[in-house]
Amino acid sequence: MAKPAKVMLNVPAIKADFPILQRTIRDKRLVYLDSAATSQKPKQVIDATSDFYSRYNANVHRAIYELGEESTREYEGAREKIAAFIQAKSPTEIAFTKSTTESLNLVAYGYGLKGKIQKGDEIVGTVMEHHSNHVPWHFVKDHKGAVLKYVDVKDDGTLRMEQYDDLLTDRTKIVTVSLCSNVLGTINPVKEIAKRAHEVGAICVVDAAQAAPHMPIDVQDLDADFLAFSGHKMLGPTGIGVLYGKQELFEATEPLLGGGEMIREVHLGSAKWNDVPYKFEGGTPNIAGAIGLGVAVDYLTKIGMEAVRGHEMEITEYALEKLARLKGVQTYGPKDVKKRAGVVSFTIDGAHPHDIASILDVEGICVRSGHHCAQPLMERFNLPATARASFYIYNDMDDADALVAGIKKVQEVFA
Amino acid sequence: MSISYDMYQEQILDHYKHPRNKGLLAGATKNARDSNPLCGDEVVLHVKVDGSDRIAEVKFEGQGCAISQASASMLTTMVKGMPLSDAEGLGRDAVLKQLGIPLSAVRLKCALLSLHVLKLALGQKADVAT
Repeated sequence: MAKPAKVMLNVPAIKADFPILQRTIRDKRLVYLDSAATSQKPKQVIDATSDFYSRYNANVHRAIYELGEESTREYEGAREKIAAFIQAKSPTEIAFTKSTTESLNLVAYGYGLKGKIQKGDEIVGTVMEHHSNHVPWHFVKDHKGAVLKYVDVKDDGTLRMEQYDDLLTDRTKIVTVSLCSNVLGTINPVKEIAKRAHEVGAICVVDAAQAAPHMPIDVQDLDADFLAFSGHKMLGPTGIGVLYGKQELFEATEPLLGGGEMIREVHLGSAKWNDVPYKFEGGTPNIAGAIGLGVAVDYLTKIGMEAVRGHEMEITEYALEKLARLKGVQTYGPKDVKKRAGVVSFTIDGAHPHDIASILDVEGICVRSGHHCAQPLMERFNLPATARASFYIYNDMDDADALVAGIKKVQEVFA
Repeated sequence: MSISYDMYQEQILDHYKHPRNKGLLAGATKNARDSNPLCGDEVVLHVKVDGSDRIAEVKFEGQGCAISQASASMLTTMVKGMPLSDAEGLGRDAVLKQLGIPLSAVRLKCALLSLHVLKLALGQKADVAT
């Protein structure tokens, strides 16, 4: 017998806030199970961005007039909300970027490539990283002669922590790890990883793209040195990302973009950088995006991140149980929902993941298929691709049931 | 055409489950491989051209979705025995007509991967998949 369905959040009320969830797909109810790729947006966020353009559009930190005062106040207000959301000591530890990808590139470039890393210095990553936490470090290897090492993943989808200890040396300068895997859903022991990194004098860079939307984050408790995430996966607009950095490390990091806003003074042939975090925000920033992200943070904070996490654990446990009972269906990652988030990769015997996604699409169900920008991890598990369903606050057991029914349709087609 | 189960018509599933001309080809004179980076679909084509400029033998290897693999299988049956000049003139419309299924823009890339690889094998400028 399945456990009685217990959804902690008021999903119908939440769904009502998301205009897109009212639409149908070819006359079928939209079942959106691809929030790990990008989340849907509540009307509060959509209205906030539209409100900026309608009522107080002006550049930030430049305009003397009232509109500019308002835009700057809202933009900086968003920074304060985000700082509080992840328990940063100060809003000055929050830089706006366009994405997690840009945030990680900023660290690799500004701290690694142009900063501290010398030939032979070691950077430790993991096999389960997203491409955006692999490729920037390749740049550091290629340009500075850094040595890249990787912690392997066990069959159960968790990191081989005993191997991690062996990889750390006195030449380790950077350890970089995702808080939550975008394929396996694994929640990594980042606090422990950071602690051991610090013991050898390395810093710890955290990719929180899949974690920030779904669970409470306390950067001080984790003792993360840098932490990156994206707005669009956490109810916010696209094109806005965040880089958290400890004050002293932000100070020690070179900017990625030169231009307006990021300078204190410029002369022909030389310039002095602005204070952190502004030195990382060259050019007119995504003001509407930042403000929208601030409202998304308000929305999540009102629900409570503990409640978000609890809700997703319930659905994930329910879905994993249902999928486990389907013959010919494999799921990947930890079985224990305490160790994983609501990202469920799966395969079906005899059906390629793209065909799974196509058939589920006919049923109005949106899932991702492919390598999920994690080819090294796919190679580790010897998989060309998987299908992936991911859950968020607007999903409920009906959505998990729809997925299971859809999978049965796939199996009928490929029987 | 609407997106529906029509994509998985009997003949597509038949070619997917029972691919024609699959495997290695000894004495192949032309070979090419490509993959679809979005999906990871992969098709390798081995072509043997005879003395009268005709495709005497063709085999494919690969992995991927039903559309990409069925399309490769069907393409081999189309071009086997075909004069080289005809194969060179083969366009996307002919391949899509043979498939005869409704395809979204994304799945077009799967469907046309094998034609793309054929063009590569024949040394043609290959840009059929977009």
